Amino acid sequence: MKASAFTVATLLAVASQSTLAAELEVEITNLTKGLSFTPVLITAHDSEDKLFEVATEASAALQAMAEGGDISALVTQASASSSDIAENPAAGLLAPAASATAELTTTDGNEYLSVAAMLLPTNDGFVGLDSWKVPTEAGTYTVYLNGYDAGTEANNELVVEGSGAPGVLGIPAAPGGQAGTNGTGITTGDTNTMVHIHPGALGDDDLEGGNSDLNNTVHRWLNPVAKLTVTVK
Amino acid sequence: MSSLSNFKKSALILLLASSIAACGDNDNNDSIEDQEPVVIVEPEPVVYEFTITFSNLTAGQPLSPLSVIAFDETPPWKFGETASVGLEMIAESGANEEYLSDENALASVSAEGGIGPGETTSVTLLVDAQDVLNLSFAAMLGNTNDAFTGLSSVDVSTLEVGSSISRTTPVYDAGTEANTETADTVPGPAAGGEGFNEIRDDIADIITMHPGVVSNQDGLSNSALGAEHKFDNPVSKIVITRTQ
Repeated sequence: MKASAFTVATLLAVASQSTLAAELEVEITNLTKGLSFTPVLITAHDSEDKLFEVATEASAALQAMAEGGDISALVTQASASSSDIAENPAAGLLAPAASATAELTTTDGNEYLSVAAMLLPTNDGFVGLDSWKVPTEAGTYTVYLNGYDAGTEANNELVVEGSGAPGVLGIPAAPGGQAGTNGTGITTGDTNTMVHIHPGALGDDDLEGGNSDLNNTVHRWLNPVAKLTVTVK
Repeated sequence: MSSLSNFKKSALILLLASSIAACGDNDNNDSIEDQEPVVIVEPEPVVYEFTITFSNLTAGQPLSPLSVIAFDETPPWKFGETASVGLEMIAESGANEEYLSDENALASVSAEGGIGPGETTSVTLLVDAQDVLNLSFAAMLGNTNDAFTGLSSVDVSTLEVGSSISRTTPVYDAGTEANTETADTVPGPAAGGEGFNEIRDDIADIITMHPGVVSNQDGLSNSALGAEHKFDNPVSKIVITRTQ
């Protein structure tokens, strides 16, 4: 019968889809007006090996990413747990309204997608996606990402050189040169020390002083802060 | 494992059987159609009519008259790109004459007037049928420097008569004027300042998402805006219904 040959071919195709690799193209777009993303990390993983989880304490690796943009510890962690990894698709900072694209081949069992990158300039703000289930059906999917606060550093909003190291208070840099200096600091404590939705930056209108080194007409944002376009091939 | 794959196989065979059956049905239909007499008629231009409602979801931002442009390939504005002068005029002053004369527009229309918070307006667009047909929308948030809302491109090629597409819209920053919020530069009723000015002095001359307004009650001392002018996404609702 004509149908039987057809059936076998189709079955083989479906079988290979369900047990072997999935090919993904992941495009991330910066939806802020005045913040850059530090090197973006995208991982495909099982239900356990996520990059972060809200309402839990940030890992040391997440803290290093959120406070200084350093994804190396998260990468080491993800490699150890056999996640599939796309690292730094923008090859550096991802500017406002800019996009970067990564190709990601997922292995069997790694059916969730996570994303993390520091929002600069912030103290410990990051754009994140936690465990988005990758659809099995081929197509293009859009996911909007929120801004998170790692809960590991007070949002004092002061630009301090060298403060990208975990535990050193301050914002390590302000790309774009719109920030001020000599602020006195917005706050000295973090009221929620778990990973949470970022309350946003305050900033001020005094570039030479005031409470904040951030500029309140440039460094604020609204959610969502990023758009992820995922193509399942 | 093996029982799962067996399940998949049997489910697939069922699916395949039904799709073969469906093919058979189609063949029958085709042959019936083939037998119908062929009548040659002069091709008539088919006109699509869209009725669009536009609702203001902000607390205290008037929205300028909604601009609607129909196009096939090139939208009048695009996120991440530099705004045209027409879009700059909308975003800085609400005036849309220049914008609506976009060279790639197949048809364009403006709502009769602007709408205040909580209000809804309606506008009708007529356009000749196209294989590929998209609609684009833009309107200014009046009490801002250069904020606008809208949708860059909505595909209505296959929208059937009587069907609707409903979307909410975020706020964009045209990137053509710094967000100083001063009385001199905000044209809306909160300030009554200047509208369009061809000088482009924003931090980057590209369309981005808007960071929100700061206001004089939240740290921008020279701002003409108060807490009532703040907004968050989304700021409007657009419903497109094909009515003809």
